[in-house]
Amino acid sequence: MSKLVLTIWLGVMAAIMLVPIVLTFTNSLMMEREIGLNYDLIGQMTDAAAGGKFVNLKVLPDWLSLEQYLHILVLAPKFLRMFWNSAALVVPIIAGQTAVAALAAYAFAKLRFFGRDKLFLLYLMTMLMPFQVTLVPNYMVVDKLGLMNSGAAIILPGIFGAFGVFMLRQFMAHIPFAYTEAAKIDGAGSWTIFARIILPLAKPGLAALTVLLFVDYWNMIEQPIIFLQDASMQPLSLYLAYIDKEARGIGFAASALYMTPMVLLFLYAESYFIEGVQLSGIKG
Amino acid sequence: MLALLFLAPSLIGFAVFYIIPFAMGVYESFTDRTLGGSFVGFDNYKELLASSSFRKAAANTLLFTGLSVPLLIAASLSLALLLNRPLFFRNGLRTAFILPLVVPVASIVMIWQIFADWNGTLNLWLHHWGKERVDWLQSDWSMGVLVIMYLWKNIGYNMILFLAGLQSIPQDYYETARIEGAGRLRQLVHITLVYLTPTMFFVILISIINSFKVFRETYLLAGDYPYDRIYMLQHYMNNMFFSLDIQKLTAAATLMVGCIVLFVTGLLRAERRFRDNME
Repeated sequence: MSKLVLTIWLGVMAAIMLVPIVLTFTNSLMMEREIGLNYDLIGQMTDAAAGGKFVNLKVLPDWLSLEQYLHILVLAPKFLRMFWNSAALVVPIIAGQTAVAALAAYAFAKLRFFGRDKLFLLYLMTMLMPFQVTLVPNYMVVDKLGLMNSGAAIILPGIFGAFGVFMLRQFMAHIPFAYTEAAKIDGAGSWTIFARIILPLAKPGLAALTVLLFVDYWNMIEQPIIFLQDASMQPLSLYLAYIDKEARGIGFAASALYMTPMVLLFLYAESYFIEGVQLSGIKG
Repeated sequence: MLALLFLAPSLIGFAVFYIIPFAMGVYESFTDRTLGGSFVGFDNYKELLASSSFRKAAANTLLFTGLSVPLLIAASLSLALLLNRPLFFRNGLRTAFILPLVVPVASIVMIWQIFADWNGTLNLWLHHWGKERVDWLQSDWSMGVLVIMYLWKNIGYNMILFLAGLQSIPQDYYETARIEGAGRLRQLVHITLVYLTPTMFFVILISIINSFKVFRETYLLAGDYPYDRIYMLQHYMNNMFFSLDIQKLTAAATLMVGCIVLFVTGLLRAERRFRDNME
């Protein structure tokens, strides 16, 4: 296969991958009326025998319009509040988990202590468990701590999630011992080594972790449907699930705005992200 | 001692929010009532295994993971092999394949819905080709739709892991093989796949974690009670929670954890054996 043919072939595949994302953005520029006309049949049971009534995904709007954006940003403040709810959950989780995990990962990767590998295995196993596995006891713990129906019920377990520890320890294990040994000879203590040597070198790992946590928690469904019964506190992910059915006319713009921070963050940190993910996957 | 200072914040939170709750859950699964129930042995498990909705959910979860993880690995490995060849715009193409990973499910689910609906675009195409329409989300096909969504989202992540693995294989191995007259396929099987094995273990773990996350896709597409075929263990546990059937829920959770632990232990053992053989 020549270089050109392969490029074209992969280009077509890449384009197909991007279709859902591109369609969300183009459809967000339609007027609500046009969305209604186009997609009204979705979710309705029509008689197959009646024949050919279908909904076609429309690529380009008939009229470019910012009506949907106007609606959700200006006329219906609910969207902005839920956007804020999402951010208020996600930002503390990312900041907290990154900090807590960096400390623990340093201990796992560079210090020696009794039972280290067994403990790390415990973290690894926990990381694999779906949220529902500890649903009941978690509910009891959250209830006991008096956190029910507050953001803390989601933020605190999020901060102590095992994924960050795992990812950063994988990454830090690649930092050569020569660096830390040299610092030790110069009389640096563990804290100095951690703060001055390990952390700066772990930047790609931290960037990758930030993106992955952002993706995961910006997306969360499992925790808020249990811990946040109060609709005014729910994050945007749940609001969109509702919008899909009740107010499709503004759904595309809401979706587009919802994914924009993620996409921008990823494009900004892409090279770090890829390096971080790749090093975490190679045995250190 | 020093290590403990670095570990302490993580360890305390990890114990409070994960280890202690899990131990409580295991305990609950052997009692007859939440908080202060008496010990009933394996009764909850017997009841659980007799429940048809649990069996259905467990079978679906197993089927989904068993189907989607190998498919994802095959697809992302092929993609990585192709992207590792001489190519124009490699970085741009790579970005396009990773992008679905960062797009939140909730913001894309409407497009999938319009595509797979009874009156949707996919059925429109079938109609054009003179075929009967299929109710993609309300039939056994719904699992297929989920598999596609899972592949779409996760192919990029595995691809970059494989790319790293591929780039760590020394080029002279291939040269030596070529001099000795080994064909493309032999090189793939005896060099590429062998040296990718450590990466493969990691990819399998990550893929399984992510396969449990399709609960989100299912929930957003179909709500609390989706079509039978995509009713997963996570739905079962959620619904047991809301119907306050805590004993069944904790028993199901313990069982699921047991299976995951067994599987991961096996995987890690296989990895160790592989590494010993290589040295």
